[in-house]
Amino acid sequence: MSLLGFIRKNLTRNKLRLCLNSFAIFIAFLLFGALGAIKNAFESGVEVAAADRLVVVNKISFTQPIPYAHINKIRSVEGVKHVTWANWFGGYYQDPRDQLITFAVDPETYFLVYDDIDVGPGELEAWQNDRQGIVIGEGIARAKGWQVGDRVPISSNIFSKKEDGSSTWEFNISGTFRPKNPQTGSNYALIHYKYFMETQIWGGDWVGYLPLTTKDPALNEPVIKAIDALFANSAAETKTSTEAQFNKAFLEQVGDIGFIIMSVVLSAFFTILLIVGNSMWQSIRERTNEIAVLKTLGFTAKKVFSLILAESFLLAFLGGLLGLLAAWALVRAITPLTQNFLPALVMGKGVFLGGLGFIVVLGFVTGIVPAWQAMKLNTIDALNRR
Amino acid sequence: MSLTHLFDIKNVAKRFTKANETITIFDKLNMHIAAEQFIAIMGPSGSGKTTLLNMLGGVDRPSDGEIIYEGLPVHTLSESALASWRAQNVGFIFQFYNLMSMLSAAQNVELPLLLKKLSKKERKKKIDAALALVNLENRANHKPAELSGGQQQRVAIARAIVSDPKLLLCDEPTGDLDRSTATEVLENLQLLNREFGKTIVMVTHDPAAAEFAKLQLHLDKGEFVEGKQAGSAA
Ligand SMILES: Nc1ncnc2c1ncn2[C@@H]1O[C@H](COP(=O)(O)OP(=O)(O)O)[C@@H](O)[C@H]1O
Ligand SMILES: [Mg+2]
Repeated sequence: MSLLGFIRKNLTRNKLRLCLNSFAIFIAFLLFGALGAIKNAFESGVEVAAADRLVVVNKISFTQPIPYAHINKIRSVEGVKHVTWANWFGGYYQDPRDQLITFAVDPETYFLVYDDIDVGPGELEAWQNDRQGIVIGEGIARAKGWQVGDRVPISSNIFSKKEDGSSTWEFNISGTFRPKNPQTGSNYALIHYKYFMETQIWGGDWVGYLPLTTKDPALNEPVIKAIDALFANSAAETKTSTEAQFNKAFLEQVGDIGFIIMSVVLSAFFTILLIVGNSMWQSIRERTNEIAVLKTLGFTAKKVFSLILAESFLLAFLGGLLGLLAAWALVRAITPLTQNFLPALVMGKGVFLGGLGFIVVLGFVTGIVPAWQAMKLNTIDALNRR
Repeated sequence: MSLTHLFDIKNVAKRFTKANETITIFDKLNMHIAAEQFIAIMGPSGSGKTTLLNMLGGVDRPSDGEIIYEGLPVHTLSESALASWRAQNVGFIFQFYNLMSMLSAAQNVELPLLLKKLSKKERKKKIDAALALVNLENRANHKPAELSGGQQQRVAIARAIVSDPKLLLCDEPTGDLDRSTATEVLENLQLLNREFGKTIVMVTHDPAAAEFAKLQLHLDKGEFVEGKQAGSAA
């Protein structure tokens, strides 16, 4: 038996208590890992945003349209490189639960602005030349088993056609695309803006939002100011922001996911801190006599202190590492199911290291008081007490 | 008079202050303990036997006076120095054995060795030897709950001697045992004293147990009153 063996024996002496405590810790770290991954996935849009990309939306709200005429005016602003436009289409395949995020975009300019996305060779031209063409993220192609040349019906849960009121459009798959950065999601589809608009009663003279690139990220600020000044006091004022700001603002519309997740995680931590801390304390109180005996055997107060602290660290690591491991496995298992709305769902190194940090904090906080008490324990009183 | 003194206790006072009231257990206690002595200390309950033992073992300090162990003023040592001194020189044996229930007999005996840098083999050798001395080599893997009271006390003796200290301090070691089991334990102590030269200070209120010692001392009202002597004198 080594010192570590002795610590282990102390930890495992009460199997039920050990199970309950490590289970509580396990659950907290499972939550931490899984929710941490989700939080990161939500925020990944901010991290992967291109530095030179801006987004123009209606100042009232990004759900309000922008006049089509804005496009040319913005093109002529000093420092602007490429301008494109897009409109939310919604979209699902056959069953409204089978969502397919689809945007109606301008095929000529879209990939000039989104030059960090690769389209298959020859497929971009094929798409541009087919009014009913659709390009899809390669993840979708894989998940649905669709191939170039397939004809697929996509429905909108917002729009319907003016001729017959149907909300299903037929598209030809022209190609697939993949972002150069794998952290960027690609689980959406792109259709022709014109083809979509022609089916709308009041279509044609407005767009949803305008993505654009600047000639240099250093020009972002002046370009933003120039565009918004251009439409100030007009009927449709604009709000221009960098892609990173835009993604962040979008997230804030969804609700501060990060805050909610951190609240859940922190309350879980606080709860196990109380449970495990109290249980450690109780377990040391029950051992008063043994600790006194250790001291008579020649264990110094410092040694006793480190034995107890090590025990609480061991417990925290046991439950915590298992919890993080389970979170990792869980995230891996659900990734295929969340492709559509959380493409970047992975439990990365950051979450794992954060988890390790919390394990250390937990071990320290739950162990320090009992360890201190054991260190200060008066041997004679403790021996007399029995 | 013995030639070598293991302990010199000079003018030791011990007072407790409780609720503004000071109780004096010892005022000016003087005694010498010869090396390889086996002393039984007897006395009424509350006469300070345990307190004296604790001071000898360095887990309690005198309010006044000196406790010298082989020239070392034990009462002046720091807490951690006392702990290492104890690990080297003192083995404690208690009335209620104080074994750890989740450890086997061998692991209980091993505890003091956790403080020493020893190879696994050396450790095992020492544990086996200590258990053999108390005739428990075939109970090494038993938990305390699987052992009788006498066997548990013998495990405690093995734990006290495993790091080969010169001094054994026993507080009512047979207080919880029946006559025949008590005899086994006392014979073990006697053996350790005779064959291995351990100096033993044993507190007991059982006159039959005291018979096993070389010297009996009676503690009353903070003083030693002359007791019966067997063998060599202190
Ligand atoms: N920590 C303490 N605080 C106050 N009084 C104590 C303490 N320890 C012992 N005493 C008192 O000292 C006296 C001697 O105690 P003790 O040495 O345990 O006696 P014995 O072992 O001879 O029965 C008793 O009156 C006891 O109440
Ligand atoms: Mg006593």
